[in-house]
Amino acid sequence: MSAEPARESNNKPEKVDSPMKRSMKEFYYKLSKNKSALVGGYLIIILIIIAIVGPFLTTFDPVEPDYGAKLEGPSAEHWFGTDNHGRDIFTRIIHGLSITMTIGFFSTLLGGVTGVLVGIVSGYYGGKVDAVIMRLMDILLAFPGILLALALVSILGANTQNVILAVAISAIPTFARIVRGSTLATKNLEYIDAMKALGASDARIIFKHILPNISSPIIVQASLYIATAVLSASGLSFLGMGAQPPSPELGAILSDGRDYMWDAGHIALFPGLVIMLIVLAFNVLGDGMRDALDPKMNK
Amino acid sequence: MSQKELLKINNLKQYFPIKGGFLGRTVDHVKAVDDVSFEIYEGETLSLVGESGCGKSTTGRAILRLDDPTDGTIEFDGEDLLSLNKSQMRKRRKDLQVIFQDPYASLNPRQTVGKILTEAMEIQKAVPKDKQRERAIELLETVGLNAEQIDRYPHEFSGGQRQRIGIARALAVNPKLIICDEAVSALDVSVQAQVLNLLKKLQKQFNLTFLFIAHDLGVVRHISDRIIVMYLGNVVEVADKKTLFENPQHPYTKSLLSAIPTPDPENKKERIVLQGDVPSPISPPSGCRFHTRCPFATEVCKTKVPELRNLDHMNEGHRAACHHIEKIKSGEMQPSYDQHAKV
Repeated sequence: MSAEPARESNNKPEKVDSPMKRSMKEFYYKLSKNKSALVGGYLIIILIIIAIVGPFLTTFDPVEPDYGAKLEGPSAEHWFGTDNHGRDIFTRIIHGLSITMTIGFFSTLLGGVTGVLVGIVSGYYGGKVDAVIMRLMDILLAFPGILLALALVSILGANTQNVILAVAISAIPTFARIVRGSTLATKNLEYIDAMKALGASDARIIFKHILPNISSPIIVQASLYIATAVLSASGLSFLGMGAQPPSPELGAILSDGRDYMWDAGHIALFPGLVIMLIVLAFNVLGDGMRDALDPKMNK
Repeated sequence: MSQKELLKINNLKQYFPIKGGFLGRTVDHVKAVDDVSFEIYEGETLSLVGESGCGKSTTGRAILRLDDPTDGTIEFDGEDLLSLNKSQMRKRRKDLQVIFQDPYASLNPRQTVGKILTEAMEIQKAVPKDKQRERAIELLETVGLNAEQIDRYPHEFSGGQRQRIGIARALAVNPKLIICDEAVSALDVSVQAQVLNLLKKLQKQFNLTFLFIAHDLGVVRHISDRIIVMYLGNVVEVADKKTLFENPQHPYTKSLLSAIPTPDPENKKERIVLQGDVPSPISPPSGCRFHTRCPFATEVCKTKVPELRNLDHMNEGHRAACHHIEKIKSGEMQPSYDQHAKV
């Protein structure tokens, strides 16, 4: 975008790419060399499309029981079979995919934004503010993520919004730590001093000069954290502390299938595979991005 | 000196606390700048020289209030900068600008040159919004860059060009004083000369005052009107350029000047080599801070802090902080160790 005026006012034939665009090209090139990361990336795009479009295309109802077709195995009519209420598992998974992915994205977004703000303030101002904030983060980090989310949900009440909130809160310390570290490294650079010497406000320095320069670790962490968030969300639903029945959240379907493991293993098998697929895709993509964005990997 | 004082620094002290222990108590201080006073006259170039860690850059940062000094006053145009609150200081910053050492770290890699320059104007509201781009182009041409380069990013420029962009940014707000913190040290010699000449040209054009912080005496000789020599957080000698190079009084200045290489291999110059290392600024030596390395040191140097003095045989404005200027001058005192290296 920002390269457009450059080309207009520049009479020379050579193109001038903005560092954003240039690094995007370079980033894609390096990412594409890592085949598994690329597969992860495409898989995520496909999953997102399914989650958005899929629910409009399914023929069965995800929650309405049909006791005439209980516990049927996979067939041409019911691709993934049916559950103990006769609901089509494939339909439920398509609907569940959007619920689970929504929880994953929004909890990461909420936790990420909060964590980034907290971390940047902590790193930029330092001193007592930093000490207090980081000790609070240490307290949050002392609990395993799922345990913290479980505790929060049991206090707040089990529903989808609270799952998002709980998973977001356990995301804050991870983001805060990473951002604080990068902020500490960036705030001592001379261009930040130059901005201070010009009389720039702290908000301007933080949002216009520090944040754009520490974006890569944040992007990587966000991608990796979505995987964790999906796992936490399904885990909570599985334990009955997340999305409530008959909501077709993936963890909840898995939990339903648990009682029929021996008689109708397909109920638990398919949602489990889909959860695995989401987590794997985000993890692989995150790892690939970390390598692609690491300047030390330049050859 | 009939010129107007633009900046006057009195008893500036900058102590950085050293935190230690479980509760992070302050256990000691690094006395980076300890009781420094000097003044800069309007339109001149004053150089601060000294070896690494002597407090030259710290002094510069303190003047800009990038670090708040421990003690002292900094009067700019008759107004004490340290008494200003944050928003008053923000407005004042228009008059004081800085050019940094590292041209690779001093420009935000994600901004175009145009954005860097217009942002400076925007912060200080120096130029109305619709004129900013025009002014940015003008500035680029002033520092010897092309108007077409305005939408390029810093990575597309060489070190010397980046330093010119840094200079343009400093000029964007029409400052009175520019602090050049090792502004040419990171550049190679031919580019150094270009940038120095540019600075000289700009000084005439815009009636700028420079505080030039450097360790390269060749550069200092080229650009300065007056020179201040610092050692371990103190000023040891002040003089105009000609006097300092021709008639240095302080033993430290003499040894510093003897380190300038001469281009003539036949000319066997006396090279004064000091013994020992620079002492720690955490617990600097008592009395004269140079006494641990000074070939002329006596008992009085260990106890009494020397003041900057002007003696009869010295030019006007030339002051040195040594107890024994007269005796060294008359030859009454001889160095206590062989200070001439056999090169």
